[in-house]
Amino acid sequence: MNKNMERIYNGIVKENPVFIMMLGMCPALAVTTSVTNALGMGACTIAVLVISNIVISLVRNIIPDEVRLPAFIVIVASFVTIVELVMKAYFVELNASLGVYIPLIVVNCIILGRAEAYASKNAPLLSAMDGIGMGLGFTVGIVAIAFFRELFGNGTVCGFQVMPSFYPPVSLLVKAPGAFLVLGFIVMAMNAMNIKTQANKKVEEGCDGGCAACGVADTCDKKEAKA
Amino acid sequence: MSGQTSLIMIIIGAALVNNVVLSQFLGICSFLGVSSQIKNSAGLGGAVIFVITIASAVANLLYTFVLDPLGLDYLQTIVFIIVIAALVQVVEMFLKKTMPALYTALGIYLPLITTNCAVLGVALNNVSDGYNFIQSVVSGFGTGVGYTIAIVLLAGIRESLEGNDIPKPVKGAPLVLFCATLMGMAFYGFSTLG
Repeated sequence: MNKNMERIYNGIVKENPVFIMMLGMCPALAVTTSVTNALGMGACTIAVLVISNIVISLVRNIIPDEVRLPAFIVIVASFVTIVELVMKAYFVELNASLGVYIPLIVVNCIILGRAEAYASKNAPLLSAMDGIGMGLGFTVGIVAIAFFRELFGNGTVCGFQVMPSFYPPVSLLVKAPGAFLVLGFIVMAMNAMNIKTQANKKVEEGCDGGCAACGVADTCDKKEAKA
Repeated sequence: MSGQTSLIMIIIGAALVNNVVLSQFLGICSFLGVSSQIKNSAGLGGAVIFVITIASAVANLLYTFVLDPLGLDYLQTIVFIIVIAALVQVVEMFLKKTMPALYTALGIYLPLITTNCAVLGVALNNVSDGYNFIQSVVSGFGTGVGYTIAIVLLAGIRESLEGNDIPKPVKGAPLVLFCATLMGMAFYGFSTLG
């Protein structure tokens, strides 16, 4: 895997901003009432993230270290304003449903975080790839949340009826508390998988069967066999 | 009289009905991150009330007297975020000089408020709701109070859950999210007030 592809893989899987790093939570919870909204938010965030990463990477050697954060914020805010104006002009409906969360992309921790942690130290092409990876990771994350919320909360996906007509929609899921609930379940499922993988890995690497002292014993598949 | 009622409605609306954290999802990062102890959460809440109230006032004045007359309202996002960042710095220096005790108590949380989206969110919402100066200040204050209520309550729940036997996959973030779900459902009951 070359370096550029590695950045994209890193953003989507290894350091997924939503599920692993828990960054950018405000939009991840607020705009995920429907898949369409989540896709729109993801597209806006990718645009801002990639362009601001490139620009910050280009000016990284000009900006004095002491004022770099205010400079980054101004750069990000400028591109967010451009995206906001484009949305207002061409995507009126989507803009109305995303509302205040479009200008709030400025304070999305993912963007400033990548600027500080990656773009301010690396070349423009790699920074662009990092932006695409992180942006896609964020989009995948919020679309996943939105998919479950819309499917079970409204019986639809992207506005199309998917669930059979006898399915009663759990409208709590598209209301505010449902966002916390769905994200909680997704993170819980990922934790469970990670713990299991760790346990199995430990057994494969050679475990001495001392389950009592083992940190992952209670989720271990091979506990019985070893005991 | 109607003016007074509407101010009370704004404060109740901002603090309870449209709770900034639980129904608008602003300031989630610090809500999930800094809510493990009541003491710290209360400190952060105090700092947020302080900054949000002043930021709403300054943002409103800037919008009414500079941006709007000059037709520069498309610059509001950039201007507001710079104002908030500068304001947090000023507040930090001011507190350090005049109230060192409070400054030490707030500690690291002061600078972090710049990236708390609740502050920018309130400033932008005030403009789009067309609030005047007093209404903006009151709505900012109410939002800050709502944030403090939510984060202190969550910290209280987390403190009492500590030491319980919790299944491993639920530990950490999922547990906090489930607590927030239940709090959100409770706060959803306030929506009948609006």
